[in-house]
Amino acid sequence: MDAQLKEWIARVHDAAEAGKALCIRGGGSKDFYGAVPVGELLDTTGYRGIVSYEPTELVVTVRAGTPLAELEAALKEKGQCLPFEPPHFGAGATVGGMVAAGLSGPRRAAVGAVRDYVLGVKLIDGKGGLLAFGGQVMKNVAGYDVPRLMAGSLGTLGLLTEISLKVLPLPMAGMTLRFAMTETEALKKLNEWGGKPLPIAASAWCDGALTVRLAGAFAAVRAAREALGGEEVADAGAFWQSLREQTHPFFAGDSPLWRVAVASVSPPLAQPGSTFVEWGGAQRWLRGELDAGQLRAIAAQCGGHATLFRADAESKARVGVFQPLSPVLARLHRNLKQAFDPAGVFNRGRMYPDY
Amino acid sequence: MAFANDVRFPVDRREILGRLQAILPRHLVLAEEEELRPYECDGLTAYRALPLIVVLPETETQVGAILKACHELKVPLVPRGAATGLSGGAMPHEDGVVLSLARFKKILKIDPLSRTAVVQPGVRNLAVSEAAAPYGLYYAPDPSSQIACTIGGNVAENSGGVHCLKYGLTVHNVLKVRGFTINGEAVEFGAEALDAAGLDLLAIINGSEGLLAVITEVTVKLTPKPELAQVVLAYFDDVQKAGNAVADVIAAGIIPGGLEMMDKPATHAVEPYVKAGYDLDAEAVLLCESDGTPVEVAEEIERMKAVLEKSGATSLVVSQNEAERLRFWAGRKAAFPAVGRITPDYLCMDGTIPRKRLAEMLEAIADLSVKYGLRCANVFHAGDGNLHPLIMYDANQPGELERATAFGSEILELSVKLGGTITGEHGVGVEKVDLMAAQFTPAEISAFHRLKAAFDEKGLLNPGKGIPTLARCREYTQTRGAAAVTPPPRF
Repeated sequence: MDAQLKEWIARVHDAAEAGKALCIRGGGSKDFYGAVPVGELLDTTGYRGIVSYEPTELVVTVRAGTPLAELEAALKEKGQCLPFEPPHFGAGATVGGMVAAGLSGPRRAAVGAVRDYVLGVKLIDGKGGLLAFGGQVMKNVAGYDVPRLMAGSLGTLGLLTEISLKVLPLPMAGMTLRFAMTETEALKKLNEWGGKPLPIAASAWCDGALTVRLAGAFAAVRAAREALGGEEVADAGAFWQSLREQTHPFFAGDSPLWRVAVASVSPPLAQPGSTFVEWGGAQRWLRGELDAGQLRAIAAQCGGHATLFRADAESKARVGVFQPLSPVLARLHRNLKQAFDPAGVFNRGRMYPDY
Repeated sequence: MAFANDVRFPVDRREILGRLQAILPRHLVLAEEEELRPYECDGLTAYRALPLIVVLPETETQVGAILKACHELKVPLVPRGAATGLSGGAMPHEDGVVLSLARFKKILKIDPLSRTAVVQPGVRNLAVSEAAAPYGLYYAPDPSSQIACTIGGNVAENSGGVHCLKYGLTVHNVLKVRGFTINGEAVEFGAEALDAAGLDLLAIINGSEGLLAVITEVTVKLTPKPELAQVVLAYFDDVQKAGNAVADVIAAGIIPGGLEMMDKPATHAVEPYVKAGYDLDAEAVLLCESDGTPVEVAEEIERMKAVLEKSGATSLVVSQNEAERLRFWAGRKAAFPAVGRITPDYLCMDGTIPRKRLAEMLEAIADLSVKYGLRCANVFHAGDGNLHPLIMYDANQPGELERATAFGSEILELSVKLGGTITGEHGVGVEKVDLMAAQFTPAEISAFHRLKAAFDEKGLLNPGKGIPTLARCREYTQTRGAAAVTPPPRF
């Protein structure tokens, strides 16, 4: 066994025995996300590298501390990509952090999320056991789908050491179109278009303008461009990158940023402050000091939930980062934490305060 | 063959029957042997067990009350949909109750704008697509049994189909599952939004084989129906070449709508049955489908043809109309019943392997076929490496079922050794429960048990399925010991 894994297993053992908390951290690019990290730092960045990459199998296996940028560069060389366009949010972002955070970028509504591409994981559980789940194949229903459960678990269930991902070819062609319209009109159009076989890869509405990215075969993109109209946007790559990495001016400044996930057909959320719509209407970003209780009630009515995505520590502690769970789900969460990490070693309180 | 469930429960039949009869009208509780007999197995008919009682609830309230009663009295419970499953996942427990969801068969809502359907678990897979068709939408996962299998079972097994390389498995096409925990509490996993707060429990409900919760309602995503689909039939004089051609297609950056392979014994079994017009001299045929707008399809078909020709296809046939396309697919989709026509019984294996190991696997299967003296035809979801060897046997010949089972076990053990899995889409059920020990360590099996206990502490939901007891794992390792292939070092 690798020396690094041995060392981690020993640390997890010790922490479990001493009742200590460990804070799993890759590049630290997503330290802002979730409740404020606590515990002794466990840095994963030393455990890195691509273990195997088979472009014709559409599968790559990497160590969790591998920089996301390094993985994406290797894929690009073979004309492939992580289609869900995970945000880096910083130069050091790692693949382990990408899976643990479970965040997906602009193409999510069209191609699926991180969890949809996770095929296998190796992890160290809270008792120091090194376990492997899933595998390196596309279809695998042996045992519970623990790999996908890890996506978005914020490191609360285990220390990911190795991850296998499905990858896809880069789209052949792309084009970006822009339309002047209100939020209501944009939501209506996006949902109508969503029901047609159009190669819409991403969408964004902000400040009276709807921007739509097409991606696919040359012929499909050309035909969709004819069908949809709008104005072609040159050099749109930078625009989509600014959404993915939240460097767009909408995300600038210190006022709280809420992420509201809703059914795509939900009407505008009618909250004070500005709104940015993504994912065909299914992801709404809101800025400002909003009433958390009210916003979460609206989000629930719209079939979703609201996350205090970026805010100061005091606000996060006061209203909680994530939407509170129903009593049944909260119990299942506590039980699962108990199943994977009974001593509460990993990322204590990062998702919900009670574990 | 009777399956000896090693998880037994001391159940007072009269007591649980009384409780269930208080919850349901008389005709929805079956307890006489002749009424129970039809429920003794699922699609895996080789394994059977008679339940104590079968209940057929019609409302969620009834489901909740049934669960509460079973939980209180510690009675095991097996949820059941259309029972088309091929791994015995819905086979009853001899001390327990079968909870049939056959009466939950309403399509509650088709919403073309949000592209979702809300359906009860007893709705047939194909019925969802039929209901969505007027809006130009369909439900993408299409297991071969889609005429009969139901959505609840699809979720429980995380079913695939012939188009899942491009359109995903069940887990990729379900937004929300409503159901009940073993203690009778209503619960929702997922959301109408693309994600839900907290851990992604929906991900583990998919494929949980009825071990974590009982499903009463499913919200699925609907997909716009492509304007056109065309399929290329590519024939090869060598299966290895066909396998390489699949890799070449993907290396060219093409993700076909469907990418399937059949070997010679498979085409010979299906051709007399469906008359698809397959070339019977070829060693393998690939079905490579393109879908999209007409211009898009035209562009992609040309690229596919160029790649397949270069990969050594001996001939290519492109479907010229929808009727022809469906005929070409009919052979593949009817492979199981077609094989069923030429043999009294067959076992369908379901291993997945990295595609590049296909030739090795097929060679090994040919050798095993000689070793066990049983014929085997192979159909292959080539795009995603999921292989279905169909082992033919005659249950009336003494020892043949045992030989077929041993043949199958060797195939699945080899799948693991080649870097794959014992089951790609049919589930573990009772059939492959022992083989879990070939793929997972005792520590991993224990982790699965702890996960199960997080949902069902008393272990009442579908006991004895999916995850082996540690005693079974030990027995497997001891008896298979030398025979079982040792998995490659994993850490």
